[in-house]
Amino acid sequence: MSNRPFAHLDALESESIHIMREVAAECANPVLLFSGGKDSIVLLRLAEKAFRPCRFPFPLMHIDTEHNFPEVIEFRDHRAKELGERLIVRSMEDSIKKGRVVLRSETQSRNAFQSVTLLDAIAEFKFDACIGGARRDEEKARAKERIFSFRDEFGQWDPKNQRPELWDLYNTRTHSGENIRVFPISNWTELDVWEYILRENLEVPSIYFAHEREVIRRESGLLPVSHLVQPDADEHSEKMTVRFRTVGDMSCTCPVASNAATVEAIIAETAMTRITERGATRMDDQTSDASMELRKKEGYF
Amino acid sequence: MSAIEKIPLEQTELLRFITAGSVDDGKSTLIGRLLHDSKSIFEDQLSSITNTTRKRGMMEGVDLSLLTDGLQAEREQGITIDVAYRYFATPKRKFIIADTPGHEQYTRNMVTGASTANLAVILIDARKGVLTQSRRHAYLASLVGIPHLVVAVNKMDLVDYSQSVFDGICKDFSAFAERLNLHHVDFIPISALKGDMVVERGDRLDWYKGTTLMDLLENISISHDVNKEDFRFPVQWVCRPHTEKLHDFRGYMGRIESGAIQVGDPITVLPSGLNSRVKEIVLYEGTVAEAEAPQSVTLTIEDHLDISRGDVMVKTGDLPQVTKAFDAMLCWLSEQPLDPARKYLIKHTTRVVKAVVNRIDYQVDVNTMNQETSDKLTMNDIAHVNIKVQQPLVCDDYQRNRATGCFIVIDESSNNTVGAGMICASA
Repeated sequence: MSNRPFAHLDALESESIHIMREVAAECANPVLLFSGGKDSIVLLRLAEKAFRPCRFPFPLMHIDTEHNFPEVIEFRDHRAKELGERLIVRSMEDSIKKGRVVLRSETQSRNAFQSVTLLDAIAEFKFDACIGGARRDEEKARAKERIFSFRDEFGQWDPKNQRPELWDLYNTRTHSGENIRVFPISNWTELDVWEYILRENLEVPSIYFAHEREVIRRESGLLPVSHLVQPDADEHSEKMTVRFRTVGDMSCTCPVASNAATVEAIIAETAMTRITERGATRMDDQTSDASMELRKKEGYF
Repeated sequence: MSAIEKIPLEQTELLRFITAGSVDDGKSTLIGRLLHDSKSIFEDQLSSITNTTRKRGMMEGVDLSLLTDGLQAEREQGITIDVAYRYFATPKRKFIIADTPGHEQYTRNMVTGASTANLAVILIDARKGVLTQSRRHAYLASLVGIPHLVVAVNKMDLVDYSQSVFDGICKDFSAFAERLNLHHVDFIPISALKGDMVVERGDRLDWYKGTTLMDLLENISISHDVNKEDFRFPVQWVCRPHTEKLHDFRGYMGRIESGAIQVGDPITVLPSGLNSRVKEIVLYEGTVAEAEAPQSVTLTIEDHLDISRGDVMVKTGDLPQVTKAFDAMLCWLSEQPLDPARKYLIKHTTRVVKAVVNRIDYQVDVNTMNQETSDKLTMNDIAHVNIKVQQPLVCDDYQRNRATGCFIVIDESSNNTVGAGMICASA
């Protein structure tokens, strides 16, 4: 047998496929969270690798804040159709109408409130496992989270009381009403994701590539002008060539100045970049040192 | 399905390692140094920890150890409460560090972090030499079967970069390590604080002719860390598409945990003992003629056999043990002690079975390695036990094959993972 090294992307891919198959085999009613973002695009390819020529043993679900970029929603529907898999969409608008979510203003960021709609959807379909595309390199709280992350019946994460996770033996057991969040690409970095997108020739929404856009300079970042974000009296908007490193709520997802128009150029840029993915692009993560940790404890992904 | 040539492979390998050391050994500083000097720290992270360094009253420099602080409770109390994973890359390799804290729950956390590691870096304070805790770390590394061990003698700056101090520590450690089942040990003098011999050589350790820590991490051979001899394929999932085109397709999905397989190879399915041959090795991209650990694949076989999740395919003639009772080293992870009267669940490969701890032979004092008689197991205890299971397990000795030798113990009432075991199956 050859002594060639097992390349890192192959190692990560094989680990992720193994995780997906464990979820399918041991959980009664799993679901894969698909947002149209690059991480969940990678999840879908991994699911294809894990289960084809069979159908996926779980549906896809998107928790729609209705603050999403239209390009991303279009891509989401197109990709689900192409795969021939079932896509469930649950909208935050419904949670707002039911009074489950109360916002201070129409333009306020909705990221933090996704948890309510997600937990409602989990209860509605009785999902016992949600497969998500979170990575440990994204944020400090994520770095401490298990691949199989247990949530109590309120959907809450208790960081001090996590199940030990050894070898590749995952404990998937839950009592009724509890659920597990599963993160098959926990060990991937932003660069790994882009390298995989290149290797697998995966399609991603156009807003990841450099394009011209009206933006406002606010605090430390750029904000895209939309019906949710308009310049204040003392601000003015300008046209810049930008791209997004993450896709999320339009009111707080910031683009970065970039000329990267191809996946290769994005990889070159990611390898050189000096600012973390969330640091550059998410205003809601900059409010306090512990903001992600607090959101996760409330049931966030 | 169409046959394909070998899939093109990138040449960057993945190395997983663990750092073992107590609070004062400079472990966080070392990790911070590796990240900083390999340019893996981002500007926003650096400015955030610079702010915290000032807030805590240090007016100069940056406390690199702050990089590895994760949760709010930890930042408030200045402690680390659990295993955290860090990522960095050089042009040669990608690295995953399992960062485990060094206080009283050490055994549990180190065993957890070590279970997936290729390599352990054991930190020793040059001023203090080989301490009880260094012996404990080395023992745990050998117990969990980490293939490579690096002893980093840190704080050389505080002993005037003295060669004789370093040589003395190497001698002490080697004398003790002879008693352990360690495969390979390297020694490196470093100063994580000043950066000597971590990524850069510095000019204060000229007498040391070996490699820097980073050099070693980048170049140590890890291709033999997985057992390459014994083909072991625990079935995870059976794929039956029931489509018109693939009406009779029955694919066994799983990961090759060790060894390799080729189309046409004779296989035995355990525990049933039925024989067949490999018909196809199916990947998403198409079929291939051969595959090896740790690839995730789908296998089809020549005969219609009753095979389901939990069964293990092996090469005919290279059989593991199939047993309902075995000896194991068991590490207890739960605050609730082991109750020998109770039934627990064991998850081993892809099989979950009911089990009882039949007998506790002896407990190991992790500080002295002495064996002591004991009739109970509490958190962080390690014992040699005999376990009986309701259905047979297909297993190998852990030191020969990690994947088929390891298991976890689950408490059925709380659903918590309460134990981690390593099977001793040598005849």
